[in-house]
Amino acid sequence: MKKGLFYMFHIKNLRYKDILYIDKLKIEEKQVTCIIGQSGGGKTTLLKMLNHMLSPDQGEIVYKGRSLFEWNPIALRREVVMLSQQPVMFEGNIRENLNFGRILSEKEPLDDEKLKEALKFVCLQKKLEDDVEQLSGGEKQRLALARIFLMDPEVFLLDEPTSALDKGTEEKIMDAFIRYSKEKEKTVIMVTHSDTIPKTYADKVITINKPTGDNQ
Amino acid sequence: MKQEVINIEFWRLSAAYLFVLILILLVKKREIKREKLIVLSTARMTIQLVLVGYILMYIFKNPSPWIVLLVLCFMESFAVYNIFKQLHKPLSKKLKLVIVLSMVIGSLVSLLYFNLIVIHFKPWYEPQYFIPIAGMFIGNSMIGITLGMKEMIENFATQKNLIEGALMLGAKPDAATKPIVNSAFDSAILPTINNMVGMGIVFLPGMMTGQILAGTSPLVAIEYQIVILIGIAGSVGISSFLSLQFGYKTFFNDRFQFIPQNGKEK
Repeated sequence: MKKGLFYMFHIKNLRYKDILYIDKLKIEEKQVTCIIGQSGGGKTTLLKMLNHMLSPDQGEIVYKGRSLFEWNPIALRREVVMLSQQPVMFEGNIRENLNFGRILSEKEPLDDEKLKEALKFVCLQKKLEDDVEQLSGGEKQRLALARIFLMDPEVFLLDEPTSALDKGTEEKIMDAFIRYSKEKEKTVIMVTHSDTIPKTYADKVITINKPTGDNQ
Repeated sequence: MKQEVINIEFWRLSAAYLFVLILILLVKKREIKREKLIVLSTARMTIQLVLVGYILMYIFKNPSPWIVLLVLCFMESFAVYNIFKQLHKPLSKKLKLVIVLSMVIGSLVSLLYFNLIVIHFKPWYEPQYFIPIAGMFIGNSMIGITLGMKEMIENFATQKNLIEGALMLGAKPDAATKPIVNSAFDSAILPTINNMVGMGIVFLPGMMTGQILAGTSPLVAIEYQIVILIGIAGSVGISSFLSLQFGYKTFFNDRFQFIPQNGKEK
């Protein structure tokens, strides 16, 4: 077995435009890693790189011992699913939106029982038939989180998953989500501006700031 | 039954321009500044048609496959040039190539089928048939491709989040763009389909009117009209489908990453 396998991601000498410089970074499997740092510092860019939505100009990202370029991008994104900062809503009702992640990634859609559980999981008291257009920003954010939760991926990349939620709801949902991911041995990598989330849930905190002239 | 067409004498033809003068007076009175445009358009229309009349006269008298092919090439090039111009946005080389191929393949396939099998005139290059039919197929395909591409490119720009959101979840590019590509195809073919619905009731199409004025029996005229309309629908459908089906792929790189600027960015 390769020694590097313990690390889910291994980043070496990464450069992306003048947005992101990372000399060395390791992200461990089955852990909760929080990424913090100032706005515009390239946190979202890093998540997009791990999900292979962007390729670095220089350097390498290794996932499970293989460079991202050796992975089929689609297969990779089905294992390493990313939740975007702006919750994406597709045309249709809540049921269709919950199942759409599974449909897009070519998994079997789930029955209503499972979908209702997911809604409870993110504290969303809505009917499956409700149109998503009617939902508020915070409700959409929770629906999007429930959607990727139902996809059951190995790695969750979450870009500010609770930014539109009040403290109480944030705590409830994060409690449930982290408990679930520990139970199922998931890897969670999360960008957040919350003060409490890194303190309460992170196994590791990474700070990413704007690259300066004399980088690290 | 067949009667000679009345030839419009020169002075009568000139009398038609009286109506252009009336139009100019009307806009002047309303103070809409369109006099220049009206004069320019009328002049262009006149010159272009006179030229085409003489050129067609020459081609009909000296039918040659080479000249017909030359005309065909000219029409295809003009159509492609027009599409590029209408789309305004800078297009990547790949997308331009897709548009050229879709335009040519879509119209040629329909043209070959309708000329050789449905209407089956001989020789295959008989300019009297070949040129007007090619003009109608190519012109309509041009409009179809333009409408579809415009819609797709615009929606790719405005709905970037939706496409990227789907990709992040592991969607293949075709699944991530399906709603946009489908609605673009719809926009491309809808005018052609709608045109068929009103046919003969709301208006008599230009080609049929021309044939009837020229003394053709209305029954023969509708035969041609039906054939041409179906041919146009086919040509528009095939070219628009090809342009969108291969066009959307130019917005993704080989790592299935979405490039909304279509290759303009590194």
